[in-house]
Amino acid sequence: MTFAVGSELTSRLEGFRAVQRLAYECAETVAAQLRPGVTEREAARMQREWLRERGVRDWLHLPFAWFGDRTAFTDFRLPFQFFPTHRALEPGMPFILDMAPVHRGFTADVGYSGCLGSSPLHDRMLADLQAHRELILREVRERRPLREIYESVDRLMVRQGYANRHRAYPFGVIAHKVGTVREQRWSPTFFGFGAQALKGLLGDALHGHREGWSPLWSPHAFSDHPPRAGLWAVEPHLGFRGTGVKFEELLVITDSRDPEQSAFWLDDDLPHVRRWGP
Amino acid sequence: MGAGVSLKGARERRVHTGGIELCVAELGDPAHPTVVLIHGYPDSKEVWAEVAERLADRFHVVLYDVRGHGRSSAPKPLRGGFTLEKLTDDFLAVADAVSPDRPVHLVGHDWGSVQSWEFVTVQRTEGRIASFTSISGPSLDHFGHWLKKRLTRPTPRRVAQFLGQGARSWYVYLLQIPVLPELAWRGPLGKRWPSMVRRAEGLPRDGYPTASLPEDAAHGAWLYRDNVRSRLSRPRTDAYAQVPVQLITPTRDDFLSERLFDDLSGWVPELTRRTLPAKHWVPRTRPDQVSTWIADFTLAQEKAISTPGGRASVTPETTRATRATRATRATRATRRKAMSQKPYTERFGGQLVLVTGAASGIGRATAFAFAEAGARIVAVDRDAEGAERTAELSRLIGAPDAWAEVVDVSDAEAMEKLAVRVAAEYGVVDILINNAGIGLSGPFLKTTPQEWKDVLDVNLWGVIHGCRLFGRQMAERGQGGHIVNIASAAAYQPSKSLPAYSTSKAAVLMLSECLRAELSQQDIGVSAICPGFVHTNITSTARFAGVDEAEQQRLRERSTRWYGLRNYPPERVAEAVLRATLRNEAVVPVTPEARGAQLLSRFAPGVLRRIARLEPPL
Repeated sequence: MTFAVGSELTSRLEGFRAVQRLAYECAETVAAQLRPGVTEREAARMQREWLRERGVRDWLHLPFAWFGDRTAFTDFRLPFQFFPTHRALEPGMPFILDMAPVHRGFTADVGYSGCLGSSPLHDRMLADLQAHRELILREVRERRPLREIYESVDRLMVRQGYANRHRAYPFGVIAHKVGTVREQRWSPTFFGFGAQALKGLLGDALHGHREGWSPLWSPHAFSDHPPRAGLWAVEPHLGFRGTGVKFEELLVITDSRDPEQSAFWLDDDLPHVRRWGP
Repeated sequence: MGAGVSLKGARERRVHTGGIELCVAELGDPAHPTVVLIHGYPDSKEVWAEVAERLADRFHVVLYDVRGHGRSSAPKPLRGGFTLEKLTDDFLAVADAVSPDRPVHLVGHDWGSVQSWEFVTVQRTEGRIASFTSISGPSLDHFGHWLKKRLTRPTPRRVAQFLGQGARSWYVYLLQIPVLPELAWRGPLGKRWPSMVRRAEGLPRDGYPTASLPEDAAHGAWLYRDNVRSRLSRPRTDAYAQVPVQLITPTRDDFLSERLFDDLSGWVPELTRRTLPAKHWVPRTRPDQVSTWIADFTLAQEKAISTPGGRASVTPETTRATRATRATRATRATRRKAMSQKPYTERFGGQLVLVTGAASGIGRATAFAFAEAGARIVAVDRDAEGAERTAELSRLIGAPDAWAEVVDVSDAEAMEKLAVRVAAEYGVVDILINNAGIGLSGPFLKTTPQEWKDVLDVNLWGVIHGCRLFGRQMAERGQGGHIVNIASAAAYQPSKSLPAYSTSKAAVLMLSECLRAELSQQDIGVSAICPGFVHTNITSTARFAGVDEAEQQRLRERSTRWYGLRNYPPERVAEAVLRATLRNEAVVPVTPEARGAQLLSRFAPGVLRRIARLEPPL
């Protein structure tokens, strides 16, 4: 999807920004309620119910919650392992909440990392994510092929001493496109993924296949193309010996020639960005 | 008396209790936490000389001769004078004399540990003991239950454990014979014992044992006669430890099986385990490690006491309760991880580990694995930023301390300076990992002398310098150690595309084998690790001989992609390093291709030669 100029653009971005804020608000609220003994399933349900109460009817994907070494996807081999389990939260455990609600037709996909109690390692890893946020924006503005940017992120992670854990996602993606979804009375989900949003992604994949681009930003050859205009949910995910941290937020890419306008993060007022400070 | 070793600078005093005069020695400032060291059989307090000296700067160290030993007087009559109840009286008298207001930290070796178990499990010492470090001496009550369990519910494994410990206890049976042991000790055995035990146990030649040995040993026989039979046949059922216990187990002890302590966590609510690859007399053969562990444990307990509400008193009920909640809370996965991690933590906790090439790949992963086990890390690399990063993350995942050192391992002078600096600032290295290496590929006829020199300088000379300098420090200290050299499967798999690299690694493998033979005398183990294709950045920094820059870059990218597809993580090599160190393995191939090539090199070297002719798919 490309954007028309002017007020239409702003109003649409406002819609995305609103749902992203809503999702992050949900993550912060649920994270504050997590106590020892809460299971992943309970945490996922808390997110779902909180968002339902605020008018979310459709999803790109239902909320996920990962606790402990599951934040680093330790020993993940099958896609089913991503779904919430009965693992209970313990003091000192890291956790990640990940949700993709659709609100008034706009999709967001956010990831929130936290830790129950203080952990200097977790703090360090969260701080190290900042370099990735800057690197991705810089290289997208340079219009480098997505696959090369992926490899740059990979190299930075190795230099930092971490393992690339977004590699564990389907197709090893670091990001994927999101768009608007038509609001319908019935919005079914399949294996946690919303039918409407999946349809949109499939349509993009089909178009992209003909035109030589892909809505999935992966390490594979099909991502060997310059950044494509649209909204991308970017999710670099660091793993280190049983601890994983990530952020996920929307990156706006446009066809503008002005580097500042060609790519920017949709919102800079998010929990992880506030944490890093100005 | 007391010829040979002596306790330098010790203040002596006499403590009277129940008609006995005990000889008590004190070192260090009495304002510091008090550590009471209790010797075993047949020993006197001087057995602790080396350990006491190392503890004296931070602790008030108290040693005493057990009744009937050294310069303490013996009870009359001897029979019935050595019961655990009377030994408890002695301990309480000493504790009250040297530290009337504060509880003391107990450390026991051999029979000193056996009697200390009694002290920490009976009610009347409550409030007098803060912690207990047990070395090579079980509680007779726990031992009694251990035997009973193995006899009343025999399984093949339990029977084997029973017989194993039964065979190690031969001397206990001999000591039950009347009169003869006394005659032997006062006669020929007393004279020969020092040289016998020195040879069998590899003890240093420092004038120990003292001249009182024959009398000590003769009196001490009553320790066994007064206690062993009665306690083993009717062990107490309430022998729960009331204080935190640190158990140090020498893994090559000729007198005690490691299995003896398997059930201990049921008796001790707060148990810290340590293992040491050494024989029975660790206070004499490993004083550095033993005193470090005593100091760390004691200080940790002092801290727990001084923090308000730090430690509640522990009863058997709370023990069971905490264990139950812990069991339900810990998930299966975390428990599995903790279990697999345990032997490493017990063995490497607090040790000093130096890793070369620690800024990336296998070196970095190895540093992290040792850090997780609680070792102190020295991360050495040419890349300052990478080494600093390794040290920083090591501290975050469990290393009590970690430092980065920027050194090129091929630079002899720089390595010598490093060795001096490390010894002065961090201590003698316990475990050395020679990992730094560079890649060089290309046909022999196109490899320049400079390229040969570069690869040999790092891959071979780096290892030589490491072994030479740090191996010497280990040997001179005489308290064991371990060296791991990272060779490669290329050390035994010839290849037309890696002549220089393979040559350097084959040399490292042979060097490791020779060094292993030489250093085995000094209890220093040497292992060579031979990984196959492991996904590290060696491919992106490797040189390809005889091609231009563009081709160089292309080959690097291609090989990096190939290794990425193979995707064998360096963490698994790191695990092999820890395992090899723990078990003192000689040559360890890692990855299936490395194991396969090793098999072929033995049984079908012709196949390897044919593989060597293949063109790499780059």
